[in-house]
Amino acid sequence: MSLSDILVVADTDRGAITDITPQLLTAARQLADATGGQVVGVVLAGDANVIAEQLTGADRVIAVSDPLLTEFSPEPRLAALEEVIRGEGPRAVLFGSTSTWLDLAPTLAARASWPIVWGVTKNSISDSAVIVTANFCAGKMLAQVEITASPALLLVLSGGFPPTEDGRQPEIQAVSPSVPLAEDAVRFVEMILPDASDVDITQQDVLVAVGRGIGQEDNLEIAEELAEKLGGELCASRPVVDQGWLPTTRQVGKSGMRVKPKCYFALGISGAPEHVEGMTDSELIIAVNKDPQAPIFEVADYGVVGEYEDVVSAINEAIES
Amino acid sequence: MKIAVVLRQVPDLIEPLEIAVGGKALDLELATFLVNETDDHALEQAILLKESAGGDVTVVAIDYGDIDNTLFTAAARGADHIVKIQLDDDTQPQPETMSIALATALKDIGPDLVLLGSQTHDELLGPLGPSIAHHLGLPYIGVVCGVEPFGGGMLKVFKEFPGAAKAALDVKTPAVLGVLAAEQPPRYVPVSRIRAAAKSAQFDEQEFDPPPVDALTAVTELYAPEPAECAEMIEGDEEEVASRVAGILAERGLVK
Repeated sequence: MSLSDILVVADTDRGAITDITPQLLTAARQLADATGGQVVGVVLAGDANVIAEQLTGADRVIAVSDPLLTEFSPEPRLAALEEVIRGEGPRAVLFGSTSTWLDLAPTLAARASWPIVWGVTKNSISDSAVIVTANFCAGKMLAQVEITASPALLLVLSGGFPPTEDGRQPEIQAVSPSVPLAEDAVRFVEMILPDASDVDITQQDVLVAVGRGIGQEDNLEIAEELAEKLGGELCASRPVVDQGWLPTTRQVGKSGMRVKPKCYFALGISGAPEHVEGMTDSELIIAVNKDPQAPIFEVADYGVVGEYEDVVSAINEAIES
Repeated sequence: MKIAVVLRQVPDLIEPLEIAVGGKALDLELATFLVNETDDHALEQAILLKESAGGDVTVVAIDYGDIDNTLFTAAARGADHIVKIQLDDDTQPQPETMSIALATALKDIGPDLVLLGSQTHDELLGPLGPSIAHHLGLPYIGVVCGVEPFGGGMLKVFKEFPGAAKAALDVKTPAVLGVLAAEQPPRYVPVSRIRAAAKSAQFDEQEFDPPPVDALTAVTELYAPEPAECAEMIEGDEEEVASRVAGILAERGLVK
């Protein structure tokens, strides 16, 4: 137990850590180097020991195993995690800004009156405070925030802390909750996976993605034509899927698919962080948007400022000829 | 089912954002406000539940920004009651103040279900839903994309996970749900119906004197990020642009 230690709560999906967890370890190491403390991983799972071994780069991993930690169920996770945090007494606790922890970290903060900051992309520490930089207003602003109370709960955004090749193997402490866990008012029933009969956009070389900026459903046709000419598939940002124009299996972004095609067209997509998180690793990104200030141009390789229909129709003709 | 929906205003990000004197907050004097997008989905989900299972919908909002227009639109879309909370000034309150004010009004309503958006773009201290749920002593589920009542005060709640997966959860009411997307897009209402609602809608206006709140964090600076390294912009008329794009694709062997 040390106030100089930094806890990393592993984000997991079906028995494996997700991409954000190594990034949390990078962020935690930056803080622990400044405090002289340890990076301590926390894994909550049905069988946490197997997952704990994946947290290379941590000094120590607390592996909490319980059948009620196998799937998403709030109360068992909250109870188990609060017990670990109170037992460890760390300076900061790092979470990924994922579906699970966007619910649970703020709930824990509210119950325990612990400070919390969301959207963290940089962190450091001084004698008296954890100092973070966080996205505000969808990244149009950045806020520097000081947190003097402990533990500081930090919801970290993907992309701010690239994983490092820290090969240290953690010491694993297998533990069980001290009191029986219970589900209370929320009970996990089942995980519903996407319809496997639709095309798998994560396996495509070329993706033509459309966003709110295409205006109306009829305008999908021009993008479909481009995808067809390039042997690719159509996909979309969240607003298009919410409108019901394309199925959720075609959604790219934080709550959709993460894709890495050879070529990604972003048509009428502004470039909100939630979308960029799912496509930023594409080999070639070509963006078309009528707003020259659209954040998508910050991640694209090539950009075109113009009206979607005019530009994409012209590209279709140019490819044809 | 008695459903309460929280509606919040957020600055419109299409407009330029200004930083207030002191450099620690947005200058919202000249900002254009609009309804938070996921709150709009929460209202739609509430109306869908009312249509499918009966009940009534009460909208709760704090008075800042352009809230009246948002509330008239909510009435036109099917909200039965509207509670407007007046704080000691008409600026956007701090998150904890907002949470306590909303929770106080919600306690009086005594809903079976509280719906609000799962996030806003200006929540530096995390989503508001868990804090409201804590003050009400209720469970919270966020990132919700569907709600189905199935009797006995129980709901089947669908929560989104990455990879287009979703978890089905059985939730005992009362509960607080943070909605990311309603089961259908927020419905369009003609301007004529909003105008009619503006003439007929009655607001239950409540004054709230917020208690002092100890800030656990301090914003020391707010600033616009340095422009990132940008894309190579392709300029020219449409034919020139299209020719260049086709050339880039051909160079990479992407044209079949």
